[in-house]
Amino acid sequence: MKFKKLTYSLLSLLAVGSLIVFAADHIDAPAVSGTNVDITDYYAFQSPENNDNLVFVANTQGLLSPSATGDANFNSNTMIQFNIDNSGDNIEDLVIQVIFADGKAYAYGPVQPSLTGLTSGVEFDAVNQISVDITPYGSEANIASENGMKLFAGPRDDPFFMDFAQYNEIIAGNASGFNNPGDDTFAGTNVMSVVVEVPKSALGSSSTINTWVSSKTRIN
Amino acid sequence: MKITRLFTLLLLSGLTAMACSTSSNDDDAPMTPIDENAQFSTSDQMGRPAINTVFVSADNKNSFNTTLPSEQSAAFSSAFLAKLNALTADKYTTNALGQDAATFTGLLATDVLNVSLNGTTTFFDGQNVLTGRALADDVISVELLLIFGGPAGDGMQEDGTDFSALTDDNVDSNDKEFLSTFPYLASPW
Repeated sequence: MKFKKLTYSLLSLLAVGSLIVFAADHIDAPAVSGTNVDITDYYAFQSPENNDNLVFVANTQGLLSPSATGDANFNSNTMIQFNIDNSGDNIEDLVIQVIFADGKAYAYGPVQPSLTGLTSGVEFDAVNQISVDITPYGSEANIASENGMKLFAGPRDDPFFMDFAQYNEIIAGNASGFNNPGDDTFAGTNVMSVVVEVPKSALGSSSTINTWVSSKTRIN
Repeated sequence: MKITRLFTLLLLSGLTAMACSTSSNDDDAPMTPIDENAQFSTSDQMGRPAINTVFVSADNKNSFNTTLPSEQSAAFSSAFLAKLNALTADKYTTNALGQDAATFTGLLATDVLNVSLNGTTTFFDGQNVLTGRALADDVISVELLLIFGGPAGDGMQEDGTDFSALTDDNVDSNDKEFLSTFPYLASPW
């Protein structure tokens, strides 16, 4: 049963492979497609465990088959930056930066960045900092918890769901609508996830934030 | 000139050597696992789901990923409007939120996620709109509904064109249960 499902998933991946696979943000642009700076998805939600906390999730490297997941990793030349605008101008007032080295993920912030915009240094002097061992494929999740912050980095099931194959058929003019039931193109696939939970009180005093995630590549 | 350059190089290599010393995660010393002077530049970015995928033309996908959100509206609003009209064969008038085409695409062109810090966080749950994005939110069906749903959200456009086959992909939930505790995402397959 499981094998059948897996085979089917792989077949459907192959079937859409001839088209260019774009969904959520999976493999959304030629420059990042297939690299480990490719962001697949971004989530921000109130913690299910604590109403006073907010959770940020960045997923990268989409459509990993189970057999490919063990070899997937984070690159030490990559930074994941969660950007938080709490003044309504869509410029980051606070950032949470995550970098990777020697099998660990290191998070800094929320902290006011020294630089805003495309180029960033690492805010090594941030008051809030936390590190965690990157969870290997097949292991229980390693979770770091310190000063009200939590951090996880490692492979997870891709939480995104969509009949992306049928969407592509519609866009290509080969179908006039979706099927019912649809078929989740992302079923049975994994992503490399970074999950950070922080107290809302660390995000400023506004009632709403604008937020986005950036993946950044080392340039020096 | 050369001497200055040599001096600069020496200074830089000295700084690099100093910065390479690592410290562990204790409460006293900052963690510096990589060069203190390391700089990173944006390769990819996203706020709301599927925006680049749906609204940005192939030749602009890279540039959308490296245009600062504060500059995206000026750079991409008109292209988003044209894309919406193309997707809907010029049938779009308003969506279920009452947004005309310019209002809707103007909102989407600035690709940030709006998140409430004092209430429900959801892309859309029937009551709250764009107050966050939770794992179980059926974001694609929400976006399809806002694009193809027409004023009443049932797929019927004002001129009678029926887009009801386009308003829902009929995949409503994930293939694994989410966790009630951190890190919330399900273990990998």
